[in-house]
Amino acid sequence: MNSFPIIRVITKLLIPYILLFGLYVQFHGDFGPGGGFQAGVIFAAALILYGLVYGLPAVHKVAPPKVIEKLTALGLLVYAGTGLACMLLGGNFLDYDVLNHGILTENHFLPEGQHLGIFLVELGVGITVTAVMTMIFYAFAGRERVTS
Amino acid sequence: MMDFIVIPILALLAATAVTVARIRNLWAAVMFTGIYSFLSASWMLILDAPDVAFTEAAVGAGITTILMLATLSLTPRRHRKSGRLSSEDFEERPSKSPLVPLLIVTITGCALVYGTFDMPHFGDPNAPIQVYPQPSFVEKSQPDMHGLPNVVTAVLASYRGYDTLGETAVIFTAGIAVLLILRKNTDDQGTSESQSVTGENA
Repeated sequence: MNSFPIIRVITKLLIPYILLFGLYVQFHGDFGPGGGFQAGVIFAAALILYGLVYGLPAVHKVAPPKVIEKLTALGLLVYAGTGLACMLLGGNFLDYDVLNHGILTENHFLPEGQHLGIFLVELGVGITVTAVMTMIFYAFAGRERVTS
Repeated sequence: MMDFIVIPILALLAATAVTVARIRNLWAAVMFTGIYSFLSASWMLILDAPDVAFTEAAVGAGITTILMLATLSLTPRRHRKSGRLSSEDFEERPSKSPLVPLLIVTITGCALVYGTFDMPHFGDPNAPIQVYPQPSFVEKSQPDMHGLPNVVTAVLASYRGYDTLGETAVIFTAGIAVLLILRKNTDDQGTSESQSVTGENA
């Protein structure tokens, strides 16, 4: 697919908007439709599109497989770590009410309490989903065809 | 007015599903499943479920289609003597009579439809899901969540946060499993390539 200039140019035009939409769905998911899983798959779709058009080495430069592998675990750790932080602060596991900090909370400038917990948890989901989807694509695309 | 959109989409969904079941070319079938997912995404958007529509469009129409195409491109086209399946294997129709499977499917379908009669009517305000948490999440989520307006996110990440943690763990585990099965061992890569090269030379 590398040789079609139309596909290459249109892909380059589209990818920034796909990534931006992914970020919007991730960070605006508290207010509008969306959330970590949706943002993760949209983000991964942008990476996969880049890989399809520009080849696996190009996308490996953007998102190295070793980093992606570690991100799969990192997302889950962010999620579980939020729960553990709640426990350390004296609440129950994933009970975000103890995350109240009272700093700059006017007009939701900084999220606090439940909102902060949801934000962190969704971030964890988003990281894991992006990484897993990209990693599965790498695993498929990295294999050669079985010669018959 | 809505019917002008709803009826064509549902008709196209049904037509696509029948086409997927009937078509013998695997590449075309994969593309049709992608079309099916995209139509489902449009349908979910009409049902006011934009987050489900996002997921369906990105996963069903996008990533799954690509992974299916990748699988098809990795598997050999020709039938091998080792008994490996290929797309050509499916060109022939099954020789056995389709009556028994048809009967089983019909009975199962009737049982499932019969089971739905006991379910509350779609959108019934007295259904348990609408009545049970009193006051409902819709009413209490805004004060509980410090003014967070999205009830879906609140239920998903806070009230049912433990479930979502489990789901994230499932995604992680599935990714690791795919990686274990599919990834080439980087240590073996050099040797296997050199072996294949020498094999071709010989």
